[in-house]
Amino acid sequence: MPEPLLYLLLAGASVALSYVLFWPGIGLVHKWRREGRMTERVLSEDTLKHLSKNELLGRIPTLESIAGVLQVSTSRAAEILERLDSRGLVEIKGEQYPLTGEGRRYGINIIRAHRLWERYLAEETGYTELEWHDLADQQEHDLSPDDAERLAARLGNPKYDPHGDPIPSSQRGLRSHAGVPLTSIEEPCPIRIVHVEDEPDAVYAQLVALGLRSGMTAMITEVSPDRVRIWADGEEHVLASIVAANLSVVPLESEEQLEPSSDKKLSSLNPGEEAEVVGISRACLGPELRRLMDLGVLPGTVIRAEMASPSGGLTAYRIRGAMIALRNSQADRIQIKERRKAAS
Amino acid sequence: MRKARAANYGAGIAGGARENILQTADALRWEIGQDFHKTLMESIYTDAARIAERAVTRSGEKPRRDFDLLFDRIASSRIWGFPLMLLLFSLVFWITIAGANVPSRMLAVLLVENGHPFLKGLSATIGLPWWIDGLLLDGIYLAVAWVISVMLPPMMIFFPMFTLLEDFGYLPRVAFNLDNLFRKSGAHGKQSLSMMMGFGCNAAGIISTRIIDSPRERLIAIITNNFALCNGRWPTQIILATIFIGALAPAHLAGFISAMAVVSIALLGVALSLVVSWFLSKTWLRGEVSVFSLELPPYRPPRILQTIYTSIIDRTIFVLWRAIVFALPAGAVIWLSANIMIGDVSVAGHLIDWMNPFGLLLGLNGVILLAYIVAIPANEIVVPTILMLTVLAGRMSGVGEGAGVMFELDSAGDTLRIFQAGGWTLLTAVNLMLFSLLHNPCSTTIYTIYKETGSAKWTTVAALLPVAMGLGVTFVVAQVWRLVAGS
Repeated sequence: MPEPLLYLLLAGASVALSYVLFWPGIGLVHKWRREGRMTERVLSEDTLKHLSKNELLGRIPTLESIAGVLQVSTSRAAEILERLDSRGLVEIKGEQYPLTGEGRRYGINIIRAHRLWERYLAEETGYTELEWHDLADQQEHDLSPDDAERLAARLGNPKYDPHGDPIPSSQRGLRSHAGVPLTSIEEPCPIRIVHVEDEPDAVYAQLVALGLRSGMTAMITEVSPDRVRIWADGEEHVLASIVAANLSVVPLESEEQLEPSSDKKLSSLNPGEEAEVVGISRACLGPELRRLMDLGVLPGTVIRAEMASPSGGLTAYRIRGAMIALRNSQADRIQIKERRKAAS
Repeated sequence: MRKARAANYGAGIAGGARENILQTADALRWEIGQDFHKTLMESIYTDAARIAERAVTRSGEKPRRDFDLLFDRIASSRIWGFPLMLLLFSLVFWITIAGANVPSRMLAVLLVENGHPFLKGLSATIGLPWWIDGLLLDGIYLAVAWVISVMLPPMMIFFPMFTLLEDFGYLPRVAFNLDNLFRKSGAHGKQSLSMMMGFGCNAAGIISTRIIDSPRERLIAIITNNFALCNGRWPTQIILATIFIGALAPAHLAGFISAMAVVSIALLGVALSLVVSWFLSKTWLRGEVSVFSLELPPYRPPRILQTIYTSIIDRTIFVLWRAIVFALPAGAVIWLSANIMIGDVSVAGHLIDWMNPFGLLLGLNGVILLAYIVAIPANEIVVPTILMLTVLAGRMSGVGEGAGVMFELDSAGDTLRIFQAGGWTLLTAVNLMLFSLLHNPCSTTIYTIYKETGSAKWTTVAALLPVAMGLGVTFVVAQVWRLVAGS
């Protein structure tokens, strides 16, 4: 074999090897580290978390459900439970595993850390919704109760995580959101979405893609056994019931409580046209929302489209006297009304 | 603090009542809903806007000046936008290159060709020991003189012109026109400007990323700035393209072909910076906050004198000073490595022999690798160092200025003869052009990256990523070349 070819093959092989070893997510090193992280402590903490959540929902956890959540064998799960029992965190009573007071506090601290971290990721980083849960699943084990306290103070003591789950504290204990599944609503009515379930991933990804977020108001326009039609954030969505079941909602008393929204987007303005801002979509959060507000994009602000970039993708707007270019994805998030020809 | 205040108020209230109030407050906080922060923030902003509207009086709504409208229409028009941009920037580059030649040559004559022998003569008269004379004059003085004569003139021309365009208000329109391209690679349109600045000097380019007000996109712009071929690397590209690539073409096309070769390297750099931006935004930097906005300020007549003053003080002198500070030790190291002997071979000789097999594998050689290591402070001295080391390693006589004394030759033919005696082929030249584009930033730039990011992690990434890419690219090119050439 000619020498250069040999070198190329060797180099190719070592690149392939390091890909298999080190690539984040699928690399072997990553897997080993993940397994390494699955220490006794992490497994016990995940067990306590699972038990706490079941207690809140009034479900009876089984050895199988615990083993399933931890992704270990039932005999390993039993081993972990015994250790928790000997530490006085769980009391094994035959087939039941009630938490002790100490165990409950421990479990709540883990859930608190998880939900606070999700809030932090939403407010102060660039990670997307779909990444929050997995990152928080790792971070919850590294955040001591004191760290969590400091984080909470820094975030302004948030009450809810970005999915709408209340953030528990050791004084208040775990509580549930106030909503009912969207599928349980039988009549068209105005509602507020109070919780978006982030598992399973595929359904959550669909809800995120539709722009349905916890906290937004919506109008149910049609209910049938296999689907729900809702009007939210200026758009109409038809949800299959498997998707709708992952949204929890509370009915509103009247349509007046619906937040103003509009189906007209700033991105639909042509150069030379102007319009008044109705609001910023709920799908816009954290730093992105703050930037728009900093620029003065507020309900009532009049914005005029000035010119589009020749390469496309962004448009310059006159906002409160300044000319600011926004990308179309941002302009899509700004809802407007009274589209009228400007007197130019 | 909030707790302390609650406790203070609490002290005045009977225990039971206090508990009661706290509980009610807590219950109410749950009831106001999840979006209380957003609603509050929105109402604060709205109030602020209303107050401002009432309190601020404006001297009549000033309509936008016709000139602004007209110029914006041209600057961002589908037909004229890009040609205008191309024209303006070609003009800036042409004026820089054409205008810098003369002063560069004058500085070289003054500092290198006359200054150096003059100082040598002076030191001989006062009888300095040879090693002090060598270290100070052949090493340190020469390195600094070289950096100044290559670096100063283009920067003195390029930066003021660039700043004038900025002051006039045209540059934000360039970012506006090009944003789509950069958006697709996860970057900010203003990266086009920091990149352009990088063609002058990467350190200045990195400082100019301050205009990008989105943390993720700014880091991307900082890390990829090195792919803009800086002023210190153009001479390397031009000399190699002229003596190796231009020589392949018929004489009347030689100039054009070698110019094309240099331009393709620069364009390759632009393409790679986009690819790397895309990669970074999808992987290591995806957790950084990313928010876009781009203000297009009104046009205004540029303040010419002030602009020239600030661009010379803030950019040129600042960057030049850093470069000099870093060139001082480099000059010393270059001279010492060529003059400290272990056995009867210099340190440089040992290092060259040691790195040569690896260098050859990459289609380069030990001399080039060593030159890039010792000349890390400034790309300007890479070619003089390579020439000096080639002569040293090949034990050539009759050329060069002696061990540790960098030099350049006026005649392309003579330079080619030294390179050929050093075992260079066309492959060596092509790979050196690639490696000159893809290697670690100079130490001035690395230091600037650290200053700007405040992070050792991102500085390391910015320093090692391009050199890893350079090693990979030259390796593959060398192997494929040899396969095709059948040797």
